[in-house]
Amino acid sequence: MSENVQHHIAIYKKVAAALAVLTVLTVAVSYIDFGVALGIIVALIIAATKGSLVLSFFMHLLDEKKSVPLSRNGIGLIIGSLIITALFFLVIIFVPLMGHADRVGDYYTLPNANAPTVETPPAH
Amino acid sequence: MDIPYIVDERPDTGLTNVKLGIWLFLASEVMLFGALFSSYVLLRLMAPEWPVGSEVLNVPMGTFNTAVLIGSSVTMVFAYASLQMDDLAGFKKFMGATIVLSLVFMVVKGFEYTHEFQIGNFPWTNTYLAIYFTMTGLHALHIIGGVIVNAYFLGPGSKMWATNKTQFTNRIEAAGLYWHFVDLVWIFLFPVLYLL
Repeated sequence: MSENVQHHIAIYKKVAAALAVLTVLTVAVSYIDFGVALGIIVALIIAATKGSLVLSFFMHLLDEKKSVPLSRNGIGLIIGSLIITALFFLVIIFVPLMGHADRVGDYYTLPNANAPTVETPPAH
Repeated sequence: MDIPYIVDERPDTGLTNVKLGIWLFLASEVMLFGALFSSYVLLRLMAPEWPVGSEVLNVPMGTFNTAVLIGSSVTMVFAYASLQMDDLAGFKKFMGATIVLSLVFMVVKGFEYTHEFQIGNFPWTNTYLAIYFTMTGLHALHIIGGVIVNAYFLGPGSKMWATNKTQFTNRIEAAGLYWHFVDLVWIFLFPVLYLL
């Protein structure tokens, strides 16, 4: 038991150091001008890396894979519920993105805002 | 009557009810914050112009707070590890440090909010500030909730150690999982609101 905990503590220290480095990196890359799209992707990749370190080691998600009678295909109940949550999370994040992609190139506006006038192309 | 399966694992789930319960709660929290992140994306895409976070907010303060919150997550895992090694004094030391770091986070956030209000940046000033105050405000409420729970476990709640070590350790594990989640949310909030 105690040796196992000592092993965990050694990992916690390494993860803490990695998180510190990545936090510095997050701020450092924000000074580089990647342009908006690439800047968002880089920032989110670093944040996702930090997030997965916290989930995997501090929240012990890597140790939660035990297969149990209630869950099929050898996935534990925690991982199983999180996979479903992640799917729903992706849906709510992509709803506004898809709505936006649908309208790229069109003028659109919220009600009562000063929208630029759309010029109708002359009929041929 | 005792609550069942808080010390022993339930045979069909392979987990204690404490652990399954806290993970399901965290799943619901993912959707709560997920809805706000989704709103952020929608508002930002629909906005004719959007300020650069680093020009409105104080990035050094935000970075400092990120380090403080990650530090509190580290002390939280050490508090849990101390209990696993049968070391209540170590637990109290690390749990105390976690609470102090959480309060430091709140004080810095308080300075940031006060500064925004002084220069006339209110939640109703513009859409960016509205989503900034909503998301960081909800996150700060989570910090306050965590501090109350952690302070209880440091003080009166720690009496359980004398009667049921396993149950107390399981409680700290659950409190830790919640705390790491609050840290996790900030890891995403910080770049999204301060840097992009």
